[in-house]
Amino acid sequence: MAEQRDLVAKTRLIQETGWRNALIELFTKWEVLLGIIFVLMVLFFSNLSPYFLDYFNLMNATFQFSEKAIMALPMIFIIMCGDIDISIASIIALCAYAVGTASAAGVGTPGLIAIGLAVGASAGLVNGLLITGFNMPAIAVTLATQSIYRGIAQAALEERAMTKYPAEFGFFGQEFIPGTMIPFELVLYIGLAVIMGFILHKTSYGRRLYAIGSSPEAARFSGIKVKKIRITNYMLMGLFSGIAGVLLTSRILSARSNIATSWDLEVITLVVLGGVSINGGKGTMWGVVIASFLVGYLKFGMGLLKLSGTIMTIVIGTLLIIAVLLPRLLDGYKNTRKMRRQQVEAALQSAKA
Amino acid sequence: MGEIQLKNTRDGNILQRVSKVLLARREASLVILLAVILVPIVFRSPQFLSFTNIDRIINDISILSIVAIGEFFVILSNGIDLSVGSIIAFSGMASGMLNEAYPQVPVFFLLLLGTGLGAVMGAVNGALVAYGKIPPIITTLGTMSIYRGLTFVLSKGTWVTAHEMTPNFIGFPRQSFLGISALIWMALIVIVVTYYFSRFTRSGREIYAIGGNATAAKFVGVNEKRIRFMVFVISGTLFGFAGSLWTARYASAVNEMATGFEMQAVAACVLGGVNFAGGAGAIPGVVLGALFLGVLNNALPVVYLSSFYQTLVQGMIVLLALVINTVVDQRKTRKLLEQRRAR
Amino acid sequence: MAETLLTIRELTKFFPGIKALDNVHLTVRTGEVHALIGENGAGKSTLVKILTGVYFPTGGTITMEGRELNFKNAIDAQQAGIVAIHQEASMFLELSVTENIYMGHHLRHPKTKRLDWKGMRERTGELLKQLELAIDPDTLVKNLSVAQRHMVEIAKALSLNAKVVIMDEPTSALTTREVEDLYRIVRQLRKEGKAIIFISHKFEEIFEICDYYTVLRDGQYIGEGKVADTSTDEIINMMIGRNIDHMFPKKDPNIGDEILAVENLSQLGAFQNVSFSLHKGEILGFFGLVGAGRTEVMRTIFGIDKRNGGSITIDGKPYAPKGPHDAMAQGIGFVPEDRQRQGVILSMSIGKNITMPQLSSLCHFGITNAKRELEVTKTYGEKMEIRAAGWHVDADTLSGGNQQKVVLAKWIGTNPRILILDEPTKGIDVATKAAVHEFVSQMAGEGIAVILISSELPEILGMSDRVVVMHEGDVTAVFDRKEMNQEQIMRAALGETKEALHG
Repeated sequence: MAEQRDLVAKTRLIQETGWRNALIELFTKWEVLLGIIFVLMVLFFSNLSPYFLDYFNLMNATFQFSEKAIMALPMIFIIMCGDIDISIASIIALCAYAVGTASAAGVGTPGLIAIGLAVGASAGLVNGLLITGFNMPAIAVTLATQSIYRGIAQAALEERAMTKYPAEFGFFGQEFIPGTMIPFELVLYIGLAVIMGFILHKTSYGRRLYAIGSSPEAARFSGIKVKKIRITNYMLMGLFSGIAGVLLTSRILSARSNIATSWDLEVITLVVLGGVSINGGKGTMWGVVIASFLVGYLKFGMGLLKLSGTIMTIVIGTLLIIAVLLPRLLDGYKNTRKMRRQQVEAALQSAKA
Repeated sequence: MGEIQLKNTRDGNILQRVSKVLLARREASLVILLAVILVPIVFRSPQFLSFTNIDRIINDISILSIVAIGEFFVILSNGIDLSVGSIIAFSGMASGMLNEAYPQVPVFFLLLLGTGLGAVMGAVNGALVAYGKIPPIITTLGTMSIYRGLTFVLSKGTWVTAHEMTPNFIGFPRQSFLGISALIWMALIVIVVTYYFSRFTRSGREIYAIGGNATAAKFVGVNEKRIRFMVFVISGTLFGFAGSLWTARYASAVNEMATGFEMQAVAACVLGGVNFAGGAGAIPGVVLGALFLGVLNNALPVVYLSSFYQTLVQGMIVLLALVINTVVDQRKTRKLLEQRRAR
Repeated sequence: MAETLLTIRELTKFFPGIKALDNVHLTVRTGEVHALIGENGAGKSTLVKILTGVYFPTGGTITMEGRELNFKNAIDAQQAGIVAIHQEASMFLELSVTENIYMGHHLRHPKTKRLDWKGMRERTGELLKQLELAIDPDTLVKNLSVAQRHMVEIAKALSLNAKVVIMDEPTSALTTREVEDLYRIVRQLRKEGKAIIFISHKFEEIFEICDYYTVLRDGQYIGEGKVADTSTDEIINMMIGRNIDHMFPKKDPNIGDEILAVENLSQLGAFQNVSFSLHKGEILGFFGLVGAGRTEVMRTIFGIDKRNGGSITIDGKPYAPKGPHDAMAQGIGFVPEDRQRQGVILSMSIGKNITMPQLSSLCHFGITNAKRELEVTKTYGEKMEIRAAGWHVDADTLSGGNQQKVVLAKWIGTNPRILILDEPTKGIDVATKAAVHEFVSQMAGEGIAVILISSELPEILGMSDRVVVMHEGDVTAVFDRKEMNQEQIMRAALGETKEALHG
């Protein structure tokens, strides 16, 4: 009798948890969580400051984070494959130095862009070749090239800044699309995000990234050219760092060797906060785009509240750690739920039998 | 079964014998390499080997050795600590500010404060890695900026200069005892203690076990979480101690102090033959690696390179050491395979 | 009869949804070598993990010398005197032999607590001497051969004063001579009154060295007895629970032209001068003990590892793959041995797994086409009769057998001309096993050239048209179906050449 009552209770439990499961499933989805946090943040800041929800301000604020958001795009690919690159801020310094020097020598705007992108892509290629060619850990190699790339700029520039640029060069980092209030940088970012998102989710290249990140060996046994893809990722990373380098130089019209310091941290934070697993194989473009706007506007809002840059550094560091810690806890929660359900179902089955 | 032993070093001519010993002992090859780069430098500028210059170099590398040893334990456990510079800065800033605010506090307590703060910051890193299961790179990338930010918060953006600190504090690193400066004594004590720890205690050996093969280590009862936590506490403690020494030696505490110092610490380890994959390496190698870097930094002006080249040269050396380590390792594996075949 | 040392009664272990062990008994006496026998998945490794404190039993008792044991962790088991000799994976390669033996229980000076290196080195020397091994205690383990590493593990068990030593497939990576050495040591341990639980798939080993046996099947206790009173057939029947003759759906082969020819292929440290040919519609068995180099040969043909010498031709044309993609371009498919790490991508859906190797051809300008992918998945998934809630389900939710079907579906989807199967039935249930055999026959019937690596002799005998036998990286014999017999193949696998066998 008691057993039967137990059985009924358990059956009801499963029926009831059906819709609850669906809801929990949805709300423990990382992108959804990020979206909710984003909305809460907007509500929070617009309550505290009347300047937050101002169209011009919102557009203007994107200048401060578009470059980092652009660099987060290829970083998704890199982290997706279980790799890492902490030399990207130094690649910017190297590009800025190259662009500044070329400009001082009289190279025109198209030439400057070409030089910036080429230098960035080559620096990334070198990373990729070193890591895959010698089979060395990515963290060690990019730690070394971090010093080398910035070291080149430092050795060449010393304390000087390169500040002579053609008049039209400032367009990319400072201006709006003619006739609108939309910054060129933002449009470029969204365009690149769409392209990279398409590659990640709709092409064979993207599928292979997930495969490599999930199981490099199984990927190789399926005929995927793992090395080639990893090298391509690093080259893309360099190329996009080059784009960011050109934009940054154009925005501040100055190239110093200490430019963009600690951007590595912020870019990696965006990607990890966006839900890309640091162990590879998991994540979406949507998540990272939301995370980029979230962090960008978080910093903007904090600026409106007159919080210093130092506090922001602390917040970013903390965000990075929480972004890794939280999914672990969520996964643990989901797994215990799943286990409990399996146990109940098994008990039900054996009871029926 | 017997013939598989490695070929005896007594075979072959002298040259082969020497090269065998060198290949076997990382420390020996580093000493030779050091001698090789010293020859042209000394030829160019004989005063490089003067007593004052050597004294300066050794003083310079004292702090680096302490820091590199801290990093060594983390890398040995197959981790990495990028928050080096920030822990140094926070500890250094705290000691400097305490000294400025309460000049009567003895130097010993200033060092203790820095060391203790370092231990706490290391413990936070360790807890996140060991119990939060966050990869060391991410943890320390995050805390690197958190601790640096906290340094600014602590100092409110100002810095502590030489004349705001007591002569006692900023003078003590140079105080000489038995003809050797206090700073060098500190480094020597750290080297001896950590060497003893890494060689003659169970915990020390268990770091090797975790770094070399974490699964196997668990099987023989090594508490992985405890060890992972411990290495970060050790490294934090040493970084904090180095922070206090740093403020005293350079007679100033600025917010940017020791930025990028993680690179030098890692460089000393990699040069000293510490395996990035964990589980291999020893304190003498790390100290020699630090010595090598110290000589190199001091030698830059001799070869007409400004100090702005320091970062570049260090990066190149680390990369070179990495490549050499990797290539030598691959060679060894190949050799072993050949031997196995030859049986 | 020697006294009973270790008794296991009614041991059960449940994992969510699976009964890994169900009412298992085991009795081990001092001074005996006890064979624990069963197919892959029979529950041997679960039993070992419970005995060594890695898993906790769901029910049942373990008694040793009259005391009931309850292990909280691996250390409890060690202290109770139960030590497992693990495979290579459990060593510290960068550390010395001495330290590998003493890690976890380093000797210390009683007063200073300082580690007693001198003492440990001396004791290690004694242990190694006791085992008659010429190994320097200071050598780093990375410089030792696989066999030597094994011996070091045994020395470690001795240093722990083990009463029960568990050896899990200890001879799998050893050469014949090294196996003899191991036997010598096992006998020595037996003389000293240790009990040895010896897990092996190889009957000649069981009959050579073991005194008693216990058979498990599907997590259940089947029977036990004296090795001297039994026969191979009896044990096989206990293992599989039915007569093996009916298991193989072998069809009359229709063998066509030569498609693959391998000539003197060599790879440093793995295999040398391997030559064989493969024809359309043929099932070419590859037999050898683990470590014979079969998998390595196939990896080289599939372009994963590089070769040091020799040549491969496909359709008479030279073939030198730079990577698996080159192999696939020639129509080679490879079902690897390590299903979970190399075969499927566990966190990806069944569909994505199946379409992975042919993804490029399903894409237009690199853009994926969900509809075509679903069609392909359905075609091959249904052909392989994969049982799952849907094609979108992740592979890690599937049973081992269904995962293997996913891997097979993935490769037939590429329309291979040559299909290499490396231990395709390892660790899967009997029903799937039969399905795989059926599938292999069918593939050969369609003219595909099949290479079948297996460590199960009945499978090789039942399925192959010819069999290549390897031993320590050499091809020792090639048999036609007519001349195949269990004994000769096993002898060749143990190193006797075909000439010697017939001479």
